[in-house]
Amino acid sequence: MSTAYAQKNGFFAGLWDYLTTVDHKKIAILYLIAGGFFFLVGGIEAMLIRIQLIQPDNEFVSAGLYNQLLTMHGTTMIFLAAMPLIFTLMNIAVPLQIGARDVAFPFLNSLGFWLFFFGGVLLNCSWFMGGAPDAGWTAYAPLSTTSPGHGVDFYVMGLQISGAGTLIGGINFLVTIINMRAPGMTYMRMPLFTWSSLVTSVLILFAFPALTVGLFLMMFDRLFGANFFDPSMGGNHVIWEHLFWIFGHPEVYILVLPLFGLFSDIISTFSKKRLFGYSAMVFATVLIGFLGFMVWAHHMFTTGLGPVANSIFAIATMAIAVPTGIKIFNWLFTMWGGSIRMTVPMLWTVAFIPSFTLGGFGGVMLAAAAADYQYHDTYFVVAHFHYVIVGGVVFGLFAGLTYWWPKMFGTMLNEKMGKLAFWPFFFGFHLTFFIQHFLGLMGMPRRYWKFQPDQGLEIGNLVSTLGAFLMAIGTIIFLINVVITTIKGEKVSGDPWDARTLEWSIPSPPPFYNFTQTPLVRGLDALWVEKRHGNGKMTPAEPLGDIHMPNNSFIPFMMSLGLFIAGFGFIYQVDNSSYLILAVLGMAITLLSMFVRSVKDDLGYHIHKEDLEKGAGSE
Amino acid sequence: MSAEELKQLKPGQSPHEPEKATLEGKNKFLGFWFFLGGETVLFASLFGTYLALKDSNLDGKPAEELFGLELVFIMTMILLTSSLTSVYAIYHMKNLDFQKMQLWMGITVLLGLSFLGLEIFEFYEYVHHDGHTFTSSAFGSAFYTLVGFHGAHVAFGLLWIVTLMVRNARRGLNLYNAPKYYVASLYWHFIDVVWVFIFTVVYLMGKVG
Ligand code: HEM
Ligand SMILES: [Cu+2]
Repeated sequence: MSTAYAQKNGFFAGLWDYLTTVDHKKIAILYLIAGGFFFLVGGIEAMLIRIQLIQPDNEFVSAGLYNQLLTMHGTTMIFLAAMPLIFTLMNIAVPLQIGARDVAFPFLNSLGFWLFFFGGVLLNCSWFMGGAPDAGWTAYAPLSTTSPGHGVDFYVMGLQISGAGTLIGGINFLVTIINMRAPGMTYMRMPLFTWSSLVTSVLILFAFPALTVGLFLMMFDRLFGANFFDPSMGGNHVIWEHLFWIFGHPEVYILVLPLFGLFSDIISTFSKKRLFGYSAMVFATVLIGFLGFMVWAHHMFTTGLGPVANSIFAIATMAIAVPTGIKIFNWLFTMWGGSIRMTVPMLWTVAFIPSFTLGGFGGVMLAAAAADYQYHDTYFVVAHFHYVIVGGVVFGLFAGLTYWWPKMFGTMLNEKMGKLAFWPFFFGFHLTFFIQHFLGLMGMPRRYWKFQPDQGLEIGNLVSTLGAFLMAIGTIIFLINVVITTIKGEKVSGDPWDARTLEWSIPSPPPFYNFTQTPLVRGLDALWVEKRHGNGKMTPAEPLGDIHMPNNSFIPFMMSLGLFIAGFGFIYQVDNSSYLILAVLGMAITLLSMFVRSVKDDLGYHIHKEDLEKGAGSE
Repeated sequence: MSAEELKQLKPGQSPHEPEKATLEGKNKFLGFWFFLGGETVLFASLFGTYLALKDSNLDGKPAEELFGLELVFIMTMILLTSSLTSVYAIYHMKNLDFQKMQLWMGITVLLGLSFLGLEIFEFYEYVHHDGHTFTSSAFGSAFYTLVGFHGAHVAFGLLWIVTLMVRNARRGLNLYNAPKYYVASLYWHFIDVVWVFIFTVVYLMGKVG
């Protein structure tokens, strides 16, 4: 199989390559394209929401459409934009940071992507097939179970499929980080991004199945006549709230923890200092992950669980502020006395710290259960979670993409334009959301289509919408930067940031087998150790030898496609049972693909030592 | 590595733990344990839902009238035994004795099949004699979802093990398929453990009220 890694050219060869790839770096790019696309879709939905709310009694969109936009904005941003973009970062960085040639299960990596992708496409098909889901991203029953049409069915099936992909991704990164570390890469030498990816993966593993069950129950209720959430048949809709938030609260930490890790790496790199309190950072990350499972009912203070439950969950929730505070201070102390370079990734990071902290303050206020009766379901909550999610996750994604762009594409985003994108986004963000705290305190409920004139809400909403436009401008400048950078295509070195961790010890972009020889890790910040105490290069941990690589496969695509087709079948069989054929057909495609996967040996191939010496795969 | 992995292993050879002899095998082993962790949360959620809804039988028979313990006791014994036979199979795998492993896996499959048959019979009785259906009440929905999820796991496990047995019948044990057999048996034990909980929480506690 010596030709397996020869370059193939042409558009279709390239397309086929991406449809079948199991290379974590290419899968990262797939996640980037799909996640970036959904980010724009969700962004457009957000702009339409804000335009509707620019003035009282506005008629820009209809009430029904508003509900759909609102639901799809939240659902898209969480599941189809933030999650995949985080997987972009994890895919590009985690294997490289631990000195691995790929993830533990390259095949499953590809499967995870295609499941997410087809789930997302299925969900968005609803727009063209009678209307999108309209019961909020939380889809509370009985609003969701009684919502007419098929919108919520698309929500259920779409999230079920993409959720399966996420779960698979989580398991994959867990095993990768535990089993695939290079010699010397002990746990306490792992970069914080890898650490937080590990903790995030644990959260994914234990949180997503609760959503899976919730979605199944809702599917059974809506599509197969079950009565889980129908009180008149003995059902109980609080079950949905529990299942959703047992998943939902860990989910918000799934979103933000990887970026916490990333910020730690960035701060230490651009302060030219070892991370302050490394072990405290690790400990805080693990603790946040653990506590994240104990607090879900803070979303249900007004459900009526009673004062005892509310108090317990209030205290547990406030406790999370402690490890979060530890992190904030450690970041500040890392910068203190460092020689700081205000690059674009660093700029986003520095902006993140106060922004996120404000979000945390809002969170602790909300955690006071008695006070939450006032805040709940008002714009105060909207302000809180946008402060943490935009100020934490989105800032982090911009920082991370800029930081690892050279590693992914071998070329560097323009720094000037990066800053030009940052400032409008940053100011726009605070304009949009800071004032929403006050709108909420003044009593403006969230998720309402209109607000009334002469209640003092006009200015706040106007400012908020103007801020949203600034954010849009920032995003567009970022995109222009991407286009210009790609066209120019100036090549950069393997280590353009003068950074500290292993991914920067190899060329940008790396050859498809990553490390010609597995590196030997001699301390925290492996590359920096060599820069300080060695010759600036990693010492190999093994002699040059054959490298074993996994085969590409089209099966993940087919498996996911089958579920996609089956999804339509399940949704439409309520109208006409002959649609069940579609369900059967889709499931058959999926099961058959699994069967093929099971009986066909997939042993991978070897790159031979001689070819490596000739430089196979490197550009 | 690759061609090596397909070399047939015979009794008396090394390694003693063929399922973990390759990196792929080790990854599979660990990954599957994590997967079972996720499955645990899945079933825990289903159990929680069932416990919340088990008394919502409306006009239908309540649990203590509906359930009979004889049949489920037999089913429990069958499934427990099948767990034991799969242990034998893995024991023989560790001795690299492929034929005996296949034999015990085969017995496991037969036991699993009879369990599934009895379960289908049980459901049939509920539906046709007791009017206890998926849609008759929240209790019905929760019952069939929990027990049915387990049943579907059994069915999937059977398909999986049979596929493995047929696929490898001629070529015997090697480092490539040993981890596959091993995780299939792990899965089978997991199904068994879940059933023990179902037996306790659904049937025994249902009888006691
Ligand atoms: C110090 C840490 C935090 C505390 C104490 C906290 C507390 C809370 C509380 C009590 C609520 C419920 C408010 C209500 O509905 O009345 C809430 C909502 C929310 N929080 Fe946080 N939070 C914290 C951090 C975060 C982080 C890090 C994220 C995400 C990255 C986040 C995302 C959300 C979201 C999305 C909601 C609203 C969900 C919805 O109803 O749609 N929070 N938070
Ligand atoms: Cu929460």
